[in-house]
Amino acid sequence: MSIAALAVSETSDGRRVLALSGRLVADTIPAVWRDALRAVREAGARPVVVDAAGVDYCDGAGIALLVDLLRQPHTAPVEVENLKPAYNALLRQFDPHALDHDLDPEQPRRPAIEEIGRNTMIVLRDMRVQVEFLGQATAALFGAIRHPSTIRWRDVGVVCERAGVDALPIVCLISFLLGLILAFQSAIPMKQFGAEIFVADLIGLSMLRELGALMTAILLAGRSGAAFAAEIGTMRVNQEIDALTTMGLDPVKFLVTTRVIAAVLMIPLLTLFADLVGLLGGALTMQSFGIPFVTFMHEIDSIVRFQDFMAGWIKSFVFALLIAGIGCLRGLQTGAGASAVGDAATRAVVSGIVLIVIVDGVFAVLYFLLDI
Amino acid sequence: MDAGEPIIRVEGVTAGYEDRTILENISFDVRRGEVFVILGGSGCGKSTLLKHMIGLYPVHRGHVYIDGADIVTADGDARGAILRKFGVMYQSGALFGSMTLLENVRLPLEAFTQLDMEQMDLLARMKLDLVGLVQFTGHLPNEISGGMQKRAAIARAMALDPQILFLDEPSAGLDPITSAELDALIRRLADNLGVTFVIVTHELASIYAIADRVIMLDKRVKGIIAEGDPRRLRDESADPYVRQFFHREAEVAAA
Repeated sequence: MSIAALAVSETSDGRRVLALSGRLVADTIPAVWRDALRAVREAGARPVVVDAAGVDYCDGAGIALLVDLLRQPHTAPVEVENLKPAYNALLRQFDPHALDHDLDPEQPRRPAIEEIGRNTMIVLRDMRVQVEFLGQATAALFGAIRHPSTIRWRDVGVVCERAGVDALPIVCLISFLLGLILAFQSAIPMKQFGAEIFVADLIGLSMLRELGALMTAILLAGRSGAAFAAEIGTMRVNQEIDALTTMGLDPVKFLVTTRVIAAVLMIPLLTLFADLVGLLGGALTMQSFGIPFVTFMHEIDSIVRFQDFMAGWIKSFVFALLIAGIGCLRGLQTGAGASAVGDAATRAVVSGIVLIVIVDGVFAVLYFLLDI
Repeated sequence: MDAGEPIIRVEGVTAGYEDRTILENISFDVRRGEVFVILGGSGCGKSTLLKHMIGLYPVHRGHVYIDGADIVTADGDARGAILRKFGVMYQSGALFGSMTLLENVRLPLEAFTQLDMEQMDLLARMKLDLVGLVQFTGHLPNEISGGMQKRAAIARAMALDPQILFLDEPSAGLDPITSAELDALIRRLADNLGVTFVIVTHELASIYAIADRVIMLDKRVKGIIAEGDPRRLRDESADPYVRQFFHREAEVAAA
């Protein structure tokens, strides 16, 4: 018999008998379970006997059905009879009423004002941690520069390759497209006034002062910032960071310094490429508008000053520090669990981009005041 | 239910990783309702064998029949049917970190049964009660200790009351009391429900308490060097390595 069945009957002495039979397994019992529960509830004040004599086989799900019947709130006793000894041993493992309620304490619900306060504190504490980390990283960096032999140059090389050389194609592609599109979109309205040549000024100034450094930084925040956070985060989850600490090696010095040095070496270089390729993209578009390459370059040469280029390039050093620093910090802050590394990488990218934008704004104000 | 008939048959399995053979041409049977223990030193391929038996990795050669069906060649629905016959507890527990213990245990029930949510909750809670974790049903895996995670993983493996349970190092990292309770639970399920256990372990105390039969793997022969009742192997085996293993000796006495 491969199904479960329930027969309800009344005895002459006023007891209600639920005769279960067949195979009581998860596949067969959903319907029987519901009927049996109803039969117990409808029994009123009569005693209920569950007669399991006809049960051929009963696994954990079947035992659960019996436990569920036993724990029903019922004025008269519910009893299980004629269950095979082997299954009875399984049934006796459980105290039906201990399973009644969830013994787990519920999370207390907090009032909204308290939530706001807590979240504000979290944000403030995070800012404090960032400042602390900045200090720690700076100290480690200066320590490393004073004693260059303590830097793990082989690791720096590996990070340089992954965060720098490997990023070159995507950086060039994006800035080439940026120059191309910027030139095209501005050349069309300029053409109405016969002022296409000034597109060169626009491309030159905006790429060198602003967009070259900014686009490279944002790309690298997504590419390497996330990678740093995920790498260090995985090390945190695998207790590798704990191992470093107990060995007496400072994780900040060991992991962060190499990455920060590599980023500071590579991101300004990538920014140079971005500047150059962006200009090339612009020049290519302008050729189709009848402005030869030489004219384009000459125009840029006459309008863009060296300090415009430096204004953009210096920013890329600061961006590099921010990207590597925040990536490592988020990695070190990784919590526990499968989603923690993903969270760390996400936070690294978001915080990285936010910081880049803020710092870029600060630079804009600074340059304006200094009249650069 | 015929006790003694083979429920798992491993036939001429050669397995390992891409460039490295770890097990060569091994064959054995696991009988229905027995507690079968795979043991051996570190790196001899115990866990590898387990992963091949549950179809996680493809074998290089050979067949693994589970209740008559070959898991090596099966695919689609046939494979799904085989997979439902057994539950697996992985070495690290492998609980889903974003779900509470109750949700972890309930997941297979939700996927494969038509029970009501309340009934699934009761069933899941009973499984957690069996491993002594009923107070922790609402916790996330990272809020409990490693040993507790392991026990919760056993509860999850048992959720659908499979005929076969594969346990990879169930008692490693458990305290002696919990470990003994787990042994008692394994024995009870085997005796009362006829569940077949395939267990990878090297806890000797646990092996004597639960094992009906053991096989012992050795990396030098890339296969089985001993098979049978653990007490008889301890007392009667002619192989010095086997004797050494059961007597916990560091080196083979001078022959």
